[in-house]
Amino acid sequence: MNRSSMWEAVSGIVKRDLLLAMRRRSDAAMSVFFLVIVASLFPLGVGPEPAVLRTIGPGVLWVAALLACLLSLSRVFTADYVDGSLEQMVLVPQPLAVLVAGKVFAHWLISGLPVVLLSPLLGLQFGLDGEPLGVLALSLLLGTPTLSMIGAIGAALVLGVRGSGLLVALLVLPLYVPVLIFGAGAVTGSMAGVGGEANLSLLGACLVLSLFLAPWATAAALRIALE
Amino acid sequence: MLQAVGLSCRRGERRLFSDLNVKVEPGTLLAVVGENGSGKTSLLRIFSSLLPPEEGSVLWDGQDIHQLKELYAGQLTYLGHLNGIKDDLTPLENLMSATSLAGEPCSNNGAKEALEAIGLKRPIHHLPSKVLSQGQKRRVTLARLWLSTRPLWLLDEPFTSLDAASTNVVTQRLLAHVQRGGLAVLVTHQEVALPAERLQHLRLVG
Repeated sequence: MNRSSMWEAVSGIVKRDLLLAMRRRSDAAMSVFFLVIVASLFPLGVGPEPAVLRTIGPGVLWVAALLACLLSLSRVFTADYVDGSLEQMVLVPQPLAVLVAGKVFAHWLISGLPVVLLSPLLGLQFGLDGEPLGVLALSLLLGTPTLSMIGAIGAALVLGVRGSGLLVALLVLPLYVPVLIFGAGAVTGSMAGVGGEANLSLLGACLVLSLFLAPWATAAALRIALE
Repeated sequence: MLQAVGLSCRRGERRLFSDLNVKVEPGTLLAVVGENGSGKTSLLRIFSSLLPPEEGSVLWDGQDIHQLKELYAGQLTYLGHLNGIKDDLTPLENLMSATSLAGEPCSNNGAKEALEAIGLKRPIHHLPSKVLSQGQKRRVTLARLWLSTRPLWLLDEPFTSLDAASTNVVTQRLLAHVQRGGLAVLVTHQEVALPAERLQHLRLVG
């Protein structure tokens, strides 16, 4: 099948998912609200000491972003699986992995990008400023697509399983750990004055690796789920 | 030509059918009938390549469909018993996103004409699909048949929840498809009103 029709199918999927998210704004907003609430509760809980907040800030924000992504994972394939659109997606003349990448991209636009855009604002609450704030946003920009990509594998594996919410968390959380370490490490490094470049490069490497491997793994898992 | 060679299928512990041989020539329709649970839908899913058979193979023009992969997907339109319709989208949006996903994008007007051909009037085109009745939702799905140029149609109980008039319209469409030299495999509990020379029955006993 030629390249233009492949592009058409992928952009069709992205457009449809964005349109669906527009029609159901509350669903899409849930993970962002979750992030804002968690990030706002921590300063209230641990007290307003700037030094403490600055120390825990990167970790807290990264964990909150990671959990927000986890919350929205169940939405990637479940609705399509239940209403039969997923069957249609598997039976198309384009490689399934490419369509999966399109779906994950739409998921990232809906639940990952708002997190990246909001992060500088939330970082201010933890006394981050200047370069660390920029590094925080950049690390999330590199890290959240990786989280979506890895999460999609888990979401596809648990399709049709009861209690899949908990199962997907157990499956993907261990895989999220490196991203969390590099992401929070980049911000901490930049605050300590050693720069976040090393960790950011590692995050970039994780992203490239997951972009390359995750769609294939997800596509294989989807085919098994539909058997 | 679609050909099943020595197919057998098992779901869990139950063997649904074994050593099934059937051939669908261009210009004919195969109606798969049988009791509930006799493996009709499984057979259709094997034909669609969603479900790998336990034994045997399905050949499209002499080649195994699991080797053809995407090439085979480019030959078929599969409508399962699930409608594949999003409640939050309008019938028009549903139809257009389904066709563009299938690699046969259609224009706005083309989609409207297809919906009208199956008896969904213009005011309905812009309502959210969640307010439609079961029969209307089914018709939104079936409207794809008016836009499909694929030679092979695999339909799982297309007449479910359709009224007599729509059933007739869909049957006419199927007739036009086979007269053009297309193939179709239908899972159904109803009689298909097609000329006998174009119709072939396969009865599955569970």
